[in-house]
Amino acid sequence: QHRHLLELLKRTTVHGESNSALIIGPRGSGKTALLNHVLKDLREMKQVRENLLEKPFLPGLLQTNDKVALKEITRQLQLENVVGDKVFGSFAENLAFLLEALRKGDRSSSCPILFVLDEFDLFVHHKNQTLLYNLFDISQSAQTPVTVIGLTCRQDILELLEKRVKSRFSHRQIYLMNSFDFKQYIKIFKKQLSLPAEFPDESFAQKWNNNVQHLSEDKTVQDVLQNLFHHTKDLRSLHLLLMLAVSAVTVHHPLLTAADLQEASRQHSTDSKANIVHGLSVLEICLIIAMKHLNEVYDGEPFNFQMVYNEFQKFIQRKAHSMYNFEKPVVMKAFEHLLQLELVKPLERPSARAQREYLLMKLLLDSSQIMDALQLYPNCPTDVKQWAASSLSWL
Amino acid sequence: MPSLEHPAYPAADLLRLESLVPCRESQVSMLLSLFGERQQFSFPSIFIYGHTSSGKTYVMKTLLTTLQLPHVFVNCVEYFTSRLLLEEILIQLQSCSSGTEQTSPVHCDTLNDFVRLFKQAVASQELEGQTLYIVLDRAEQLREMEANILPAFLRLQELTDRNVTVILLSEIVWELFRPNIGCFEPFTMYFPDYSIGHLQKILSQNHPPEYSADFYAAYINILLGVFYMVCRDLKELRHLAALNFAKYCEPVVRGEANERDTRKLWKNIEPHLKKAMQTVYLREISSSQWERLQHDGGEPGQLKGLSAHTHVELPYYSKFLLIAAYLASYNPVRTDKRFFLKHHGKIRKTNFMKKHEKTSNHLLGPKPFPLDRLLAILYSIVDNRVAPTANIFSQITSLVTLQLLSMVGQNDQLDGPRYKCTVSLDFIRAIAR
Repeated sequence: QHRHLLELLKRTTVHGESNSALIIGPRGSGKTALLNHVLKDLREMKQVRENLLEKPFLPGLLQTNDKVALKEITRQLQLENVVGDKVFGSFAENLAFLLEALRKGDRSSSCPILFVLDEFDLFVHHKNQTLLYNLFDISQSAQTPVTVIGLTCRQDILELLEKRVKSRFSHRQIYLMNSFDFKQYIKIFKKQLSLPAEFPDESFAQKWNNNVQHLSEDKTVQDVLQNLFHHTKDLRSLHLLLMLAVSAVTVHHPLLTAADLQEASRQHSTDSKANIVHGLSVLEICLIIAMKHLNEVYDGEPFNFQMVYNEFQKFIQRKAHSMYNFEKPVVMKAFEHLLQLELVKPLERPSARAQREYLLMKLLLDSSQIMDALQLYPNCPTDVKQWAASSLSWL
Repeated sequence: MPSLEHPAYPAADLLRLESLVPCRESQVSMLLSLFGERQQFSFPSIFIYGHTSSGKTYVMKTLLTTLQLPHVFVNCVEYFTSRLLLEEILIQLQSCSSGTEQTSPVHCDTLNDFVRLFKQAVASQELEGQTLYIVLDRAEQLREMEANILPAFLRLQELTDRNVTVILLSEIVWELFRPNIGCFEPFTMYFPDYSIGHLQKILSQNHPPEYSADFYAAYINILLGVFYMVCRDLKELRHLAALNFAKYCEPVVRGEANERDTRKLWKNIEPHLKKAMQTVYLREISSSQWERLQHDGGEPGQLKGLSAHTHVELPYYSKFLLIAAYLASYNPVRTDKRFFLKHHGKIRKTNFMKKHEKTSNHLLGPKPFPLDRLLAILYSIVDNRVAPTANIFSQITSLVTLQLLSMVGQNDQLDGPRYKCTVSLDFIRAIAR
């Protein structure tokens, strides 16, 4: 793919051909990195350095509509009507001017322009897709050589383009997939962790690299990496994991060990909701257990506060010896805390008409999550635990 | 023995930091190792989540100010639109870099302008080479703003090509933040809640100087024993501790018991704490009212709270109207005949009723009823004859204005207005006395 892109860009700059291409790949598969790499290579090629290569880089996240994008293009191209840093004129004028400027040149006397549109799918959502239409239009007609490269993570990007835009697009797509297997994954792991040759402290670098080699052959480390690999092939998650592990390295603990990696993996894959449940008070845990029972009995139908309170009362009267029977407003306050933490979500927005207690809600936790979290909960009274595990045959 | 060590920062600063943030050493050391040295690039975005008052904002602020790292601190609830947020960040950047309090007004509408102005602002002398930290508190509000704000902040390091790290603090887990098409994943960190030992340690730290630390620690023990099951929020517990301490010390002040007489102190304070749970904890009365109550001797009378029912005075017929409305809302129509007529027939339980017995009306909420039914029930519960005068009808409307009844449906319905009763059983019981 690298060669393909390089070839494409070379043709634009050297031969003056206009082109357009889309680079498609899931998040973190290195689209921007690929593009930057290719551009670096391009600049180093001697032929290109003689031509001036202008490069407006438009990250899609920042250009929320076509007007902003157009301003940014004019600013980056430093066209004549930019006075100081301000760009004025209405949208139509700007567009016309830009097109004029690009149209005046022809193959021999103007410099090729490379437009890079990051997060291409966001540009597609602009009104009428005017910018895309115009850019592709210019790239098809024989005026200033222009190449438009879009980067996106959506596979169905072509369906989102309007018909007239799609017809002007050259349908050249470059796909980037993370298609390496586990062995290559381990090699990447080693390469990421090794220190480069220019590291100032040579002996430490040597020791570190030896340690990394050791680690990559260790069985537990391979298990950890295997786990992550099965979960996602994304290199960014590998980075996160390594970051966690490397942050345990201090002056006293200079080399990475297998235990560090295991600890990092454990931290990386903790269920964050379980963490939140860990910090709730006993009353709130009882409410969550009541909601879980209601979900089981009524097969996931939404409930309201009154029902949960009823369940709680039943539990208190029959089984509890360690829980004091709290007043209803206190239980209401605990329930509202759960709402604030977004563990429980109302089905519709609360209106002034309906009373708060009768608003229908649903629980955003799974029952297996709740049971796991209860195991880890410190100082849980045993009757609460037993209530959670019991099935309701006495309803 | 200092447990926070880092070669880049002076040891004296680290010691001071450690004394300011008890029970949070491991989180701070993780953050320090992430930050690295001043000029090193750190991870582009960090997401910190944890319970209410688990110290996220406090630890972050203390860490950044003690180590004097350049930072911008913004609360997303205060600056709730994107424009306000971006302008505030730029204004704080100005004061950060120039060191003075002078700030010139900044105009920044979109993220595009923000990135441009940000690059200009960071180019000043003091910030050269150091990592700039942008801390966004209550980051869950970012989801409500425009859709591109959150992904843009997560990638700010890449978009501006400068040494900046964005830190997001929130109570809500990251899974609920993630936009639909994915984004740059931040480094997630969890601030675990304080255990009961930690809470004890932190609360005992601010004891008033007149009494010994042990005495205060025993008091905190008692307080936690009553409130821990309900609430683990550090701020609330601190509030309660401060309010009730005077009452706890009363026996000692009066000379009835000395500091070690735990049983007497416990007997004195226990009903007081139970009362506190119903009132101050629920914020039904303010803390100044509570203190005044303590001063007046505190006879065990009814505390008038914000939602206290006993002081709502309703005229005679209004009370009956309200009770009738409650009955109409919560009893199904079938049972009216049985309850309210002098000669009632038997009601045969059909299959239909058996199936639906389980979901009692009390659980599902009030049902709407037409006006005629209300009047019919009213006539049957009031002893003497009631004439349908305009007085009665106007009382119904005033109940609606008080929001004790609510009107269901449009104003111009042909069958007559329908109402719903919006008060609870306790209220009705209190009225009926």
